[in-house]
Amino acid sequence: MSYFSDIYKGIKTLLTGMSVTGKYFLTSRKGAITQQYPDNRDTLKMFDRFRGEVIMPHNEENQHRCTGCQKCEIACPNGTIEIIWDRGIDEQTGKKKKKIDKFVYHLSMCTMCGLCIDVCPTDAIEWGQNFENSVYDRTALTRVLNEPGSKLMPGVED
Amino acid sequence: MIRALSITKSIHDWLYSTMSDNMAYFVEMVLIALVYLTIFAVAGLFLVLIERRVAAWFQLRIGPNRVGFQGLLQTMADALKLLSKELTGTEKADKFLYNLAPYFVIITALMALAVIPFTQDFHAFDINIGLLFLIAISSIGVIGILLGGWSSNNKFALIGAMRSGVQTISYELSIGLSLLTMVLITGTLQVSEIVEVQKNGWLIVQGHIPAIIAFMIYMIAGTAETNRAPFDMAEAESELGAGFHTEYSGMKFAYFFLAEFINMFIIAAIATTVFFGAWLSPFGITESIPILGVFWFLAKAMILVFLMMWFRWTFPRLRVDQLLTLEWKYLLPINLMNIVIMALIVWQNLIIQF
Repeated sequence: MSYFSDIYKGIKTLLTGMSVTGKYFLTSRKGAITQQYPDNRDTLKMFDRFRGEVIMPHNEENQHRCTGCQKCEIACPNGTIEIIWDRGIDEQTGKKKKKIDKFVYHLSMCTMCGLCIDVCPTDAIEWGQNFENSVYDRTALTRVLNEPGSKLMPGVED
Repeated sequence: MIRALSITKSIHDWLYSTMSDNMAYFVEMVLIALVYLTIFAVAGLFLVLIERRVAAWFQLRIGPNRVGFQGLLQTMADALKLLSKELTGTEKADKFLYNLAPYFVIITALMALAVIPFTQDFHAFDINIGLLFLIAISSIGVIGILLGGWSSNNKFALIGAMRSGVQTISYELSIGLSLLTMVLITGTLQVSEIVEVQKNGWLIVQGHIPAIIAFMIYMIAGTAETNRAPFDMAEAESELGAGFHTEYSGMKFAYFFLAEFINMFIIAAIATTVFFGAWLSPFGITESIPILGVFWFLAKAMILVFLMMWFRWTFPRLRVDQLLTLEWKYLLPINLMNIVIMALIVWQNLIIQF
């Protein structure tokens, strides 16, 4: 008689399901995953893999890791990155060397595909957590990622 | 017949003293209709809000909590928005039926509300065939759904309406038979007398095992009757857009939406009346304060509404064949057996009474 055992099994599995959702219901006040965004702006922490915008981190001595190899510029499918570079005398070795002048990043064109970050051999650029990018003028979305007067971090090219 | 009057005894006396009997009777009916319309609107909006909050909690979200305290005014704002929207329709729709359909759904929901005993005195229409009237009226709503789906001239709406028809016609049997099981104990269809019988213990206690089985069948069939998940094939969002009300917008859509929630409340209210002693307090603890009956009634109904919401946010949607298998191969035979068992129990006087 599988008829009655089917009914028994059916009811049992339904109750199992209801107990699972019931537990979620009871713990929802503590475990709610909703971020009440404008209220918790000060404490809001985006998750690690969030792709907000491309940033170039600098250390305390205003040094970045970008060698100006332009691989990111080549990798970018829609011309978001423009590197303005020049040759200058390197202080340590005294030889002529390629240096970046401006790392221009057009956020308005960026599709957040991440190819530039994947391709960067020196990990000079990475994903930032900022997402509040609305501005009244789109020229504000064109950014220079390297700080003025910043230099290449020594030892990056070795 | 209209017994809601003793709670407003003074209004009743005043009306009869100021105008002729016929006129006073008419004015009273209008007043009661207005009171019930208000209850209808408020309860509908309130239920929509509860559904959204409960759903959010089941899914580890927070739900609407911005408009008013804890989002209490959210559904009011939604209703206002829907009121201000344009009433669109398809070009080749059957205009007359298309416009008529929402009213079928909403009026039947409203009529069923009249028979429900909120408390001893707050009971608009106490006819001797109360339960039969409830079952009959609650199944007229499906005509509105069928008309709405058919007259929209849209294939999704039509499929949704046809599914709804299949579902409602099958599950009506189970609702009727499970209530009939309880009528074997009460021996009457009149709602006020069903409540009277339960003063010796709620019917789910009096009828013990068969009553519990009947209650389970009633809740399953009731969920199906209101076209709610897991039986929501009539509007299965992932398959049919919005099902039978795909082509409705603005307030006409809101009528369908509200009627769905009122129907859910009605199903819970019937279960409260028939199985859980309507407005009777547990163990008669507040018997001396009759007005608390409303509180007990609503509390019990809300628990059952919550149960239906729990179903909705737990179970996946059934396929059409699974739906019909459940009804015709499981619920119906069990139900028929259950009636026989209940008849034996009533005959041998094995019911539990305090």
